[in-house]
Amino acid sequence: MGTRDCRHICGESSPAIGEAGKTGEWRESFPVIDLKKCVVAKQNKPACFLCWLYCPDAVITKTIPIQIDMEYCKGCGICAQICPAHAITMVHEQGLCLDDMD
Amino acid sequence: MAKRGGIRILDGNHAAAQGAKLSRVQVIAAYPITPQSPVTERLSEFVEKGELDAQYVAVESEHSALAVCTSASTVGARTFTATSSHGLAYMHEMLHWAAGARLPVVLACVNRAIGAPWNVLNDQQDSVSQRDTGWIQIYARNNQEILDSIIQAYKIAESVYVPVMVCYDGFVLSHTEMPVNVPSQEDVDRFLPPYTPHTILDPANPRNYNLVTFANPRVNAEGVLCHGYMELRYLLQEALQNSRETIIKVGQEFGEVFGRSYSNTLWTDRLDDADTIIVAMGSLVMEATVAADTLREAGHKVGVLGLRVFRPFPKADVVKALEKSRLIVVFDKNISYGLEGATCSEIKSALYGSSLRAAIRNFIVGLGGRDVKARELVDAVNRSLASVKEGDLTREYPEWICAI
Amino acid sequence: MQDYYEVRWHGRGGQGAITAAKILAQAAYLEGYQGVTAAPSFGAERRGAPISASTRIAPQTIMVVSQIETPNVVVVLDHTLLKYDEVTSGLVKGGWLIVNSWRRPEELALPGDFSIATADASRVCSNLGLIIAGVTVVNTAILGAFVRATEAVSMASMEKAIRERLSHSQAGINLAAIAQTYEITRLGRIR
Repeated sequence: MGTRDCRHICGESSPAIGEAGKTGEWRESFPVIDLKKCVVAKQNKPACFLCWLYCPDAVITKTIPIQIDMEYCKGCGICAQICPAHAITMVHEQGLCLDDMD
Repeated sequence: MAKRGGIRILDGNHAAAQGAKLSRVQVIAAYPITPQSPVTERLSEFVEKGELDAQYVAVESEHSALAVCTSASTVGARTFTATSSHGLAYMHEMLHWAAGARLPVVLACVNRAIGAPWNVLNDQQDSVSQRDTGWIQIYARNNQEILDSIIQAYKIAESVYVPVMVCYDGFVLSHTEMPVNVPSQEDVDRFLPPYTPHTILDPANPRNYNLVTFANPRVNAEGVLCHGYMELRYLLQEALQNSRETIIKVGQEFGEVFGRSYSNTLWTDRLDDADTIIVAMGSLVMEATVAADTLREAGHKVGVLGLRVFRPFPKADVVKALEKSRLIVVFDKNISYGLEGATCSEIKSALYGSSLRAAIRNFIVGLGGRDVKARELVDAVNRSLASVKEGDLTREYPEWICAI
Repeated sequence: MQDYYEVRWHGRGGQGAITAAKILAQAAYLEGYQGVTAAPSFGAERRGAPISASTRIAPQTIMVVSQIETPNVVVVLDHTLLKYDEVTSGLVKGGWLIVNSWRRPEELALPGDFSIATADASRVCSNLGLIIAGVTVVNTAILGAFVRATEAVSMASMEKAIRERLSHSQAGINLAAIAQTYEITRLGRIR
């Protein structure tokens, strides 16, 4: 069976969860959020949401508190870099905090 | 019966603008360049006076003009642009984009030479250089064909989802007035249905179009196996291969409504008994007919083959039209440097595998506005006949009609 | 009667030679000629520079798209252009040279096997006040001399063409200029 059945005549897709594949399988470290530091959680109201804004795979929710979909989080660490409150830490899949690994 | 349209004495640019107006284009984006400028001026007047309900988007470059047209076409608008020469070259990237995205944009290319050195006059190097961008290319012989071809172009483009370039010679047609039958809006509406887009941008049902597409096919989030890049390229080629049928069908339908039939990809003149055939494209086909008259008077059986559709290249039609020829003399207003005129190459390519063993001569003429006179075409054919008689069947490179 | 005309116009940029070439094509079509074309000389045009334009008139559709080499009518809007050889270049034997000039045809003393018509269109336009930006506009007036000399189109067709091409307010004065120039045209036929 060829690709004609998709019935597209140009490059086309629908924005959907998993459109880029199971990106969670790419991960070698994962974000851990400290709600005591997170601005949104601390103020208990919509606030910076920079992690939501910057996440390239759109796996962080704009909710209180934020939630991260670990099925698709690819572990890039951009959220940890961008967080002004340093509330997110990247932890190696084997349980080691990345800062301690060097 | 068609409502009687009115004959008006129009130059080619005015005919093109009328064609776009009668096609009820909705978005026009263009950047002025000689000799195309009067097309944009006329259309902006139509919009300004309220005679045409369209958005006229003033842009800062031809690249942007075509970007506006592709975007507007994506959201479902009928779009028009026009350009020439350097403007078309500047559109090159977006030409590929419009075709790859399968958007039925119609572009009027007012054929003009390309620098260096600067030259504003006619040849066909600009559009011929864009032959590999996936656009259908139609060449007009006169101003009536400019108007008619633009109306047909929308029906063709919107049927096969391939953009169409309607090409006509700068100054020779663009600035020359001649009688043109301008059809009634009512008849054009009867002929040309509204555009049905294959892409619709709707916030309630968001879609991604033409994002990064991988080499191989892949399964999307809904579990459907989707094209890779190469499958999409195949489909564009397939659309052009199959578009001949649509072009002819639309040409016939046009004839039924307006009484001027365009049911072929070629124009033929006295081919029935011709053993010598002149091949040309654009307004030069008209001058070639005059040359054929002279050659016929001198006793030569000469016919003329005019290429109306250059892409898709009508291989089978060309082979059939040339089947009785012993000598084919191809006049090109373009040159593929290091080889020969582009239409000559394509004629040769079409003949490969056929049983025809005609001698072929190629002449490069009319570059940068050099006037091409019927008597020069006659001389070239006579010279070719003489050399073929001496057994000189092929030439490695084209001959040039110039003063070098 | 002759039915194929190749008319070459000579003027200076801004004098309206191209407009005249187009009005003549329109008039000829209205007269019943199926083939008419009108074109400027191709390329850049500048005010004051010598320019040319052309009109072809034929009973059938015109297939020739190349520039006119052997006109059978040459119209000169500005007699100072007569010093250029290209103005009469190619003019066929028995053709017409039509010049906006106060001189009589024979006074122009031009060598060649063609007839000459002259009319002081400038004075007609000046008297009528057909002046734009300080320049008398003789392009329409000279059409009167064209009609008189060639009889290729009737004054009725010319009037229709003028009314189609020009606004109502402009048509009257231009038609008066054409009619008056027609009357004062002097014909110097060769035998």
